Amino acid sequence: MHVPDGTAAIVAEGLTKTYGEKEALNGLDLTVARGTVHGILGPNGAGKTTLVRILATLLRPTSGHAFVAGYDVTAHADEVRYRIGLLGQHAALDEELSGPQNLHLFGRLYHLGSRGAARRADELLAQFDLADVGKKPVKQYSGGMRRRLDLAASLIMSPEILFLDEPTSGLDPRGRTEVWNAVRSLLESGTTVLLTTQYLEEADQLADRISIVDQGRIIADGTAGQLKSRLGADRIDVVLHSTDDIEQATTIICRATGADEATPDAYRRLISAPVKDRMSALSGVVRALEDAGVKTEDIALRRPTLDEVFISLTGEHHGDHNTQEVHA
Amino acid sequence: MTTLQPSTFITAGGRMKRLLADSSAMTWRGFAQWARTPGQFAVGLAFPVMMLVMFAYFLGGGMAVEGGGNYTEFLVPGMFALTMAFGLEGTMTSITQDINKGVLDRFRSMPIAQSSMLVGRSLLDMINSAASLAVMVGAGLLMGWRWHGTLTEALAALGLLLLLRFAMLWVGIYLGLVAGRSELVQAVQILTWPVVFLSNAFTSPETMPAWMGTIAEWNPMSATAGAVRELFANPGWTVTGSWVTDNVVLMAVVWPIALMLVFAPLAVRKFTALSR
Ligand SMILES: Nc1ncnc2c1ncn2[C@@H]1O[C@H](COP(=O)(O)OP(=O)(O)OP(=O)(O)O)[C@@H](O)[C@H]1O
Ligand SMILES: [Mg+2]
Repeated sequence: MHVPDGTAAIVAEGLTKTYGEKEALNGLDLTVARGTVHGILGPNGAGKTTLVRILATLLRPTSGHAFVAGYDVTAHADEVRYRIGLLGQHAALDEELSGPQNLHLFGRLYHLGSRGAARRADELLAQFDLADVGKKPVKQYSGGMRRRLDLAASLIMSPEILFLDEPTSGLDPRGRTEVWNAVRSLLESGTTVLLTTQYLEEADQLADRISIVDQGRIIADGTAGQLKSRLGADRIDVVLHSTDDIEQATTIICRATGADEATPDAYRRLISAPVKDRMSALSGVVRALEDAGVKTEDIALRRPTLDEVFISLTGEHHGDHNTQEVHA
Repeated sequence: MTTLQPSTFITAGGRMKRLLADSSAMTWRGFAQWARTPGQFAVGLAFPVMMLVMFAYFLGGGMAVEGGGNYTEFLVPGMFALTMAFGLEGTMTSITQDINKGVLDRFRSMPIAQSSMLVGRSLLDMINSAASLAVMVGAGLLMGWRWHGTLTEALAALGLLLLLRFAMLWVGIYLGLVAGRSELVQAVQILTWPVVFLSNAFTSPETMPAWMGTIAEWNPMSATAGAVRELFANPGWTVTGSWVTDNVVLMAVVWPIALMLVFAPLAVRKFTALSR
């Protein structure tokens, strides 16, 4: 059974997955165009891994359909498996074997033959800067090396579609940059990438389109720019001189900007609120705070970050717990 | 780039070819692991020998065999059976490790014959256990154990031992898949001990309290140990035996097959249910 839309690399229709009472996926729809990077952004337990495992043929959906590279993931798993690479949330390597041995094994299992597997292993080791680790078993690798080897293993077949489940979680900034660069270089070869992440910056950096997932369904999607503009054009950030004024100042700022809510962050003495009209909001806030005798250290206007989009959409309070939503 | 394409696997011949290729890759993996951890491999082989030496020399002096006979000759076949039964742990541990390390998931996301994961595991564990058995036979011979029957009987005895191991393989695969990421592995490792001791491996069940003796007689491992003693013409347990002891060779065939009939389908079902 082929999907009529030949341009889509991934199509999911009404996917649900239930574990007993728990609904890990709850009617998820998704379309990913060929040759694009699609970011799936969601908090812990949103269902990201469940989605990836269904698309990578590891898990059957409770209901709904999914097509990858035009093939139904449950009915034509083998066809799908020939066309995908999977980088799971946790490394999937044989710890006793060396990097080259791992790649050789997986190459043989992709039916490259012993010699073909060895050749492909050498190519990938060079490409991922792993050639000099040689005979060391994987259990002695650093986290970054392990992740690179894992990524190399998922690229043995030069897959049409690559699934990356939180590819940079647990990596240091250098390791993260390495993985990002590797992903960018894949795009030149036309690979479609489905990337899950909890890092907004990662989605912002890599993804052409972003879907925000919460409680097993997609609650928003679009480009990073589109998602940002959904939260109102601009925000005003006010840094107070003293934390003592924070409640009073929050109320004043809400009134001056006409915003329904402002986000006070006591730790940073920062209040952030959406604004409708840049100039009148700025002068209004400055005047109102002056009149009330609240001393400020800094006032600035800026575009919203993806974090704020994410927080407002998922209703989650990320970051430190001093941050609270105040409704005026 | 690929030599085998999905279209190849539509025919039965193509599927068979893939199963063979994938199973041999899985087996290669096991050999490579052994080659990388020769110490661990050697310890695995030495452990039952150590148990044999311990029981023969430290405890053997105080043990009398029912109906007379040399304790070492009684013990060695029992230790053969025990070595095969302990194979269960090895199988189970390998399976849970593959689940924990995510390797099983990587395999499952690849276009391989899915059964090659089980075929490869079976081959590796049987090869390992055959090597272990060979080492034990060598150790037994050094300690003065001999078989007194015909060569055919001796080969039949070895066959029954490997049959027990093959049954344990399926129990191990099933338990490994059930245990998955949980702590069940340790529980099984601990529980294996009373189960193997509650047998005729070290001593005659007649020396145990009656209820225990009955369990020990019906223990599948006892059937294999008893049958092997009979086939090697080593001193066994008493002549005035119960029905099980009288039909011990039959039981050594029936028990493993019964275990396989139960656990192989369970294991396969559990394996396919990984995607649920
Ligand atoms: N095998 C399972 N049995 C029961 N519940 C499960 C199982 N797998 C996942 N869940 C539940 O389903 C929900 C979605 O899990 P999933 O792993 O897909 O989330 P995630 O978005 O990947 O989270 P994280 O960011 O923590 O990796 C969670 O509430 C999780 O507890
Ligand atoms: Mg996850």
